Amino acid sequence: MAGVTVSAVRKRYGSVETIHGVDFSIADGEFVVFVGPSGCGKSTLLRMIAGLEDISGGEISIGSRVVNDVDPSDRGTAMVFQSYALYPHMTVAQNLSFGLRMNGNPAADTERRVAEAARILRIEPLLDRRPKALSGGQRQRVAIGRAIVRKPEVFLFDEPLSNLDAELRVQMRIEIARLHSELGTTMIYVTHDQTEAMTMADRIVVLRAGRVEQIGAPLDLYDNPVNQFVAGFIGSPRMNFLAAESLGGGRLKLPNQGGAEIGLAAAQGLAAGQKAVLGIRPEHFAAAGQGNCDLHLAIDVAEHLGATSYLYANTKVGEPVVVQAAAVRSAHAGDRVAVSIPAARAYLFDPNGARRA
Amino acid sequence: MMRSKSSRRFWRQVVIHAIMGPLALIWLFPLWMMAVFSTMPENGIFSPDIELLPSDQFWVNFQALQAETGFLRTLFVSVLVALISTVLSVMLTSMAGWALVRYQFRGKILVTALIFGTMTLPYFVVVVPQFIMVARDLGLSNTWVALIVPPLFNSLGVLFMRQAFSMMPRELFDAAQIEGVKEWQIFTRVALPLAKPTLAALAIILFLASWNNYLWPLLIASEPTMMTAPVALGTLIGVNRVSWASIMTGAVLLTLPMVIVFIFLQRFFMAGITTGAVK
Repeated sequence: MAGVTVSAVRKRYGSVETIHGVDFSIADGEFVVFVGPSGCGKSTLLRMIAGLEDISGGEISIGSRVVNDVDPSDRGTAMVFQSYALYPHMTVAQNLSFGLRMNGNPAADTERRVAEAARILRIEPLLDRRPKALSGGQRQRVAIGRAIVRKPEVFLFDEPLSNLDAELRVQMRIEIARLHSELGTTMIYVTHDQTEAMTMADRIVVLRAGRVEQIGAPLDLYDNPVNQFVAGFIGSPRMNFLAAESLGGGRLKLPNQGGAEIGLAAAQGLAAGQKAVLGIRPEHFAAAGQGNCDLHLAIDVAEHLGATSYLYANTKVGEPVVVQAAAVRSAHAGDRVAVSIPAARAYLFDPNGARRA
Repeated sequence: MMRSKSSRRFWRQVVIHAIMGPLALIWLFPLWMMAVFSTMPENGIFSPDIELLPSDQFWVNFQALQAETGFLRTLFVSVLVALISTVLSVMLTSMAGWALVRYQFRGKILVTALIFGTMTLPYFVVVVPQFIMVARDLGLSNTWVALIVPPLFNSLGVLFMRQAFSMMPRELFDAAQIEGVKEWQIFTRVALPLAKPTLAALAIILFLASWNNYLWPLLIASEPTMMTAPVALGTLIGVNRVSWASIMTGAVLLTLPMVIVFIFLQRFFMAGITTGAVK
């Protein structure tokens, strides 16, 4: 087993730089998730760790070894791909054993490892089938099995659940988490789904446009995002962002919300007239009168999920507000509702996105 | 609703068959006459009453053909050349296609353009310098090497294989690479098995091209022992006399194996035709 250290790593395609000097380290046995929107460079970063992409600058170490120039097969990694990448002309058993056979691993050991992986992933009955005869979830299990037989020091997952339906995704999420606790191996997992990131990771690396925005434990990122991007990306539904204008003395006016006012400690340093962005998570609204700033909202869409309801309001004003309310079954489109922002739950950001604490 | 749909389909089929049937007959008529002429005596072919049904002279005509050209040996040369060319050409073009898909190298676009650019050159433009190079400069006339090697590098084949490999998900090869599978093994154990339909189609096309090749063997292999079957048939057209019955008999013997191959492998053949267009 081994940790992974990424130091000042860059990636350039011609004159275009897509990864701009990324630094972080992953402890031995840790489960780290790279998360970010499409095109943020998370898969490129994973492929650079795997050795499938050259790096244009910096250093990648796995364990105590710098692996910049080490062949992908010698890095001690195994990768699970989004498309499963199973060899369609081979049976499941042949898929699992292919790499070992090609490398001249003793047949008895190969057989033992395949049987062990099949047992761990509960795919023994599928060993003689071809990939086309498997369901999506079974294929993904085989893909993971192919990684397991290598006994890697680091598992790399590139959006492995994206092709599965919602129910299967939840199931496989649990399987991968179980696998991690069973094997105790370092795992790096790429996803654009923040729910996967929140539920599986020991730590999350949030990426945007080839830069690390924040690294931390899931709840740290949720509670203390360093900027507006992270605040918006972590949490579902995403955080509401309301335009704010300082009145001086720590008080803010919300011009798009009927001129409502609120006092925030984070706004103390703002001069009167200075612009800012106030953030409030949908689940943090209080009932009207019970917070520090009441908002009067016109509901455009109401989604009732049973245990909870999402009210989408003020979309016509151009500054939509989403409110998560437990069991507000009576609210419907066209209704008006009043909610309140508790100052202790509000976040304040500069117009450039940086958090004001 | 269902009935009108199926009756529409029925009438569409009637119209298509009404058009295609006569066209097929027009196309097949010369082939049929070739078969008929191969069974007639020499003077019967030019008789004023055209015979549409076969006669009984095939064996006599074949014996004359064999006596005039040693046809069985030329047939053996043709089969050998076509088989070896096909195997080598499939190997060569698939490796070239693989390289064009898998590797990034300086001048890749130029190399690709040059390879495919040769497809636009008429064969007759190439054949004279090729002959001068092989026969005069290398002195390889009447050798197996000269007969087989020059036509081996087939740019259409490279295009076929490049298309086939580029359609395969890159992740398959990435997965194998991470597993420590050598590049040659990735090519032979992963890529080629997945390209089987294209390989089969390409093999048929290349075999046909070699089987039907007339000009190059005519130029480079003039000795009777090195002569291919089409060239041998060509020798029957003399200044004063043309042995039509023998030519027709030889033509039937040349065509027959191809018809059989086509009937059994037409699925792959059609796949080959549509590969470039659809994929």
